Amino acid sequence: MRRHVTAYGFLSLALVVFAVFSWYPIVRGVVLSFQQVNFVSDPEWVGWENFQRLFDDPLFAVAWRNTAWFTVLALVIGFGVPFLTAVVLNELRHAKGYFRLLVYLPVMLPPVVTALLWKWFYDPGPGLFNSVLRELGLPTSQWLDSGNTALISIVLLTTWANMGSATLIYLAALQTIPGELYEAAELDGAGIARKVWHVTIPQTKFVILMLLLLQVVATMQVFTEPFIMTGGGPEDSTVTVLLLLYRYAFVYNDFGTASALSLILFAVLGVFSFLYLKVTRRADA
Amino acid sequence: MRTLTRPGGKAYWVVLTATLVLFTVAFLVPLLWVLLGAFKPPAELAQQPPTILPQTWEPGAYADAWNYMDLGKFFLNTIVVAFGAWAVQMAVIVPAAYALSKLKPLFGNVVLGLMLATLMLPATALLVPVYLTLTDLDLLNNPAGIWLPAAANALNVYLLKRFFDQIPEELLEAARIDGAGTWTTLIRIVLPISRPILAVVSIFTVVAAWKDFIWPLLVFPDPAKQTLSVALQRFAPDTPINLLLAGLVLASLPMVALFLAFQRHILAGLTAGSIKG
Repeated sequence: MRRHVTAYGFLSLALVVFAVFSWYPIVRGVVLSFQQVNFVSDPEWVGWENFQRLFDDPLFAVAWRNTAWFTVLALVIGFGVPFLTAVVLNELRHAKGYFRLLVYLPVMLPPVVTALLWKWFYDPGPGLFNSVLRELGLPTSQWLDSGNTALISIVLLTTWANMGSATLIYLAALQTIPGELYEAAELDGAGIARKVWHVTIPQTKFVILMLLLLQVVATMQVFTEPFIMTGGGPEDSTVTVLLLLYRYAFVYNDFGTASALSLILFAVLGVFSFLYLKVTRRADA
Repeated sequence: MRTLTRPGGKAYWVVLTATLVLFTVAFLVPLLWVLLGAFKPPAELAQQPPTILPQTWEPGAYADAWNYMDLGKFFLNTIVVAFGAWAVQMAVIVPAAYALSKLKPLFGNVVLGLMLATLMLPATALLVPVYLTLTDLDLLNNPAGIWLPAAANALNVYLLKRFFDQIPEELLEAARIDGAGTWTTLIRIVLPISRPILAVVSIFTVVAAWKDFIWPLLVFPDPAKQTLSVALQRFAPDTPINLLLAGLVLASLPMVALFLAFQRHILAGLTAGSIKG
């Protein structure tokens, strides 16, 4: 008995913090989705009105389309590039420390710093990227200033900024693959591409799957970069779901509708989070 | 270990050289570009084609940026936020993980399950209700508004608990026979053994707090209380570009220094919790 009292004594701080800042807000978020809050009078129950307002907002569909597009691009670029980089780095015997240092350096920079830097790099006039393209005699781009390229410009930045952690996790996974597997494949006459396809990918599939799901969950919540670099423009091409949520809550002070949007976002992301936990458990077993 | 290709061949050196060049261009050049850019006057920064080394050196830009944006104040705010977040988190999760791992309370698994369930939630799903809870508790413009929600970190509780689980029971039993109480055992036996995982959790907590943007943006409407990230984006539109660049470099230096100092821990910590091959 005393043991349990002591144990709960040790747990008490955590229980309070989790209750106030995690468990209670979960319930409150659901309740808020069905309420109208204005801080003057008591909250009022409005049923599905908040959801209706969202569905009537043309930006709602735009935000989801942009977010989905962002996620797809981030998967193709932000997933493929680190994997290929890890495969190449795994082959190299020299300058390993240098490669690790460089690829992880951007991960340490605050996202606000990288966003502001890249905004300057992307400047269509004297920006670094267009300057280099011009020097090489290549066509330049409007980057963030055009509705066609703004979203992909942000994906390029986030890939650069975040690829360090994914690359190094893949690298760690690659190093656990037994060398005999490659030798066996070689005896069967496999070239590099087939060795990657038949040995590397199957042997690292749990890690790949986990990072894939983590990346989906993370990119669907992207906020800082579009908020700082474009504010959602041009032509609403970079309004993400979270940017819309931020507007509802902190620009229009409509916390009810913002909560309804959180609930929808949660339902969508819940699927991926659930899959992630399942995969983690299987990899652990 | 040899893997895809035969080592030492001509192809190896081609790949090595290409990778060296590519990495340097992709990751080092942009940062050097900024570092040098801060020394150029605004007119030179706008010039076409751009200069590589500054034609006119303005070595005062870093000091000017510091004064112009009052960076000292924001550095101090950020240090308070980041290290306070670390201290509060440790005070909350270390005893909790210890209790769940070694004291095995009634319903301990239920408590752990409820904590882990919060990992299912995307952080942003709680943006609005946590913000409203903070306003109810009058924690806006108060660093505690960052520290306390950050301390509800189920992943770190889980990482610590898993590490504590591996500490042999006999060791704690021996301490108990020597007359050590529960606290003494935690501080004298468990914590020293757990230094590696504590280092990892500590570094990641400080780095996450230093890098965060959206929470400080919401919690500190008062400009005087803001962190570096929030202040920089507020200053960005009205600051001469060379001063802004200098400010960005200065804001990044502590994290770069931390990385250089704790590289081994940080890179090991990357794979600590989640990943097994």
